[in-house]
Amino acid sequence: MKQPETNGRRVFLSKLLGGGVAAAGALMGLRAPALAKVLEGPDEGFDPGEHDYVFVVDIQKCIGCGNCVRACGIENNVPEGQFRTWIERYVVTHEGVHVDSPEGGMNGFEAIDPALREQAINAFFVPKLCNHCAEAPCVQVCPVGATFTSPEGFVLVDPEHCIGCGYCIQACPYGVRFMNKERRVADKCTWCYHRIRRGQQPACVTVCPTGSRSFGDTRDENDPVAQILKDDQWDVLKPGMHTQCQVLYVGLPRVVV
Amino acid sequence: MLPNESLVNFIFPNNAHIDWSLMIVIYPYITGLVAGAFVVSSLYHVFRIREFEGIARFALVAAFCFGLFAAVPLLVHLAQPQRAFNIFFTTHLTSAMSVFGYVYSSYMVLLMVELWLTYRDYFIERAKETSGLQRVVWTALTLGVTEYTPESARIDYRLTTFLAAIGIPWACVLHGYVGFIFGSVKANAWWATPLQPIIFLMSAIVSGMAMLCLMYSFVRWRTGRPYDYAMIRKLMTFLWGFVIIDFTIEVLEVFYVYYEHGHHWSLIGPLLSGPLYNSFVITQMLILSAIPFLVLAVVVIRAIDRKPLLYLANFASLLLVLQVLVMRFNVVIGGQNISKSDRGFATFHFEILAKEGVLPALIILAAPFVVYYILSRFIPIFDDDERLTAR
Repeated sequence: MKQPETNGRRVFLSKLLGGGVAAAGALMGLRAPALAKVLEGPDEGFDPGEHDYVFVVDIQKCIGCGNCVRACGIENNVPEGQFRTWIERYVVTHEGVHVDSPEGGMNGFEAIDPALREQAINAFFVPKLCNHCAEAPCVQVCPVGATFTSPEGFVLVDPEHCIGCGYCIQACPYGVRFMNKERRVADKCTWCYHRIRRGQQPACVTVCPTGSRSFGDTRDENDPVAQILKDDQWDVLKPGMHTQCQVLYVGLPRVVV
Repeated sequence: MLPNESLVNFIFPNNAHIDWSLMIVIYPYITGLVAGAFVVSSLYHVFRIREFEGIARFALVAAFCFGLFAAVPLLVHLAQPQRAFNIFFTTHLTSAMSVFGYVYSSYMVLLMVELWLTYRDYFIERAKETSGLQRVVWTALTLGVTEYTPESARIDYRLTTFLAAIGIPWACVLHGYVGFIFGSVKANAWWATPLQPIIFLMSAIVSGMAMLCLMYSFVRWRTGRPYDYAMIRKLMTFLWGFVIIDFTIEVLEVFYVYYEHGHHWSLIGPLLSGPLYNSFVITQMLILSAIPFLVLAVVVIRAIDRKPLLYLANFASLLLVLQVLVMRFNVVIGGQNISKSDRGFATFHFEILAKEGVLPALIILAAPFVVYYILSRFIPIFDDDERLTAR
């Protein structure tokens, strides 16, 4: 009498296991369309594989006017109080370093305190933005693959897929990511991906009055950024993080973090 | 004191808001209670610690009640909770977090199977004794297996032992993995350490054991049933051992960073003397770790028994469940206090009624106890009453 019951249990368990595997397989199949939707249809004449983009920031040229921060906010609908790009002002003294970035430098900077000015041994502005790391920690940690690297090497977020866990925000060593308070998904600078694919420059680059920000293709020999790469006189932020930043800083003082 | 020669508290503009707040504090806390309670149950089933026989079922039920709510804080935290199941559907395997769904759900299945095996003879008994709607419910719980022979009891016993055995590494995976999520973030000097999974695991076992002691004593007191002092003594001996390991590793971690005096100390030194001074140095280390450590030492070494044992055990347990909660807070919030600017600290503000505020956190923390109370109305949790009364 016991034997049939054992068999029934065994059949039941094997069916349960088979059904479970089949269901899991079917659900995994759902993933492909979500990513394909984001990457579908490259614009005419644009071959993602033919470019090697870098963003160059020349510290000596930045005047802290805030044009870039404002342009970025308008171009990308960045919510107030959150920043895809911002500018920091450094004032270095013998006593220590004074850094500020009121409203991300959006409205420029007030004159520095006269007492601080007296002590200053160096002062400069540093624009910050997403480094589009080749070894991006944010891409690595996203549990659902909503943050990914595009074929051109841009680190992007699929807002239709992001679950809003915030792990990418924790993983980014540069503080460039934020939880968009209006769309409630992770957000950050895209190097104006939508503009690049139309052959345009990022919004911040186009409005920079001094050419402190430049963007280009290192595979194009006539592009000024190709020369900067050749000169090999550039630095990246937090090199100890080994993320292979693709934003290159020219004339970056060592006090900058 | 500010890090890296900073004259002003400079934080990156996007770091002003602390993204992972109370929900992410109580998530590892509840998960830890699951792992800790399960370990006690397995100490009897696998390691044959006879003193825990009377609470093995109780520990299992408690682990199940906590387990039911382990994922709730995460769900509340998600900015897009309706997409939570993407973590199953579009798993991104390079992410430490992506396997959470699988680890957690498989662990819950294991817990439920073990619970079912433990209680199925009772379900069968009830199905036969009751009628009407009650009978339907009890019969459903038997999953159609209404025969219970000495042979099936023997098989169930072996299966339970097997599940308890694989449950131990699985509980370690579940909780060590939570530590890994934090420990592997290289961008955060306070989190990034390979010791983090072990710290999380040890503190989980501490909190689980201490919580079981509190729950056991409370239930016994409320129901006027006798206390199993031998069991409490044994539980306190194990608890003391795990407290020592947990405390040692945590102190070791901080001491290492201090002694190395590298990049991490430039941030952690000011963190510990600044934002975390009260909650880490004073509260977690000096009050909530040192005092229970000493109390448990007295309990174990001086062979204290009966009522003094009960009071001291519960006093130490209460401090320890708070210690682990404060530890989770110090890890999760402390790490985010450090701005990525490396030149300043963000401030955490407690909210009360907000989605991730104190009130929702308290409700979620209370929920497992409510479920436990309801379950205990329908199924027998303890089976050592007669043995104790006969003594």
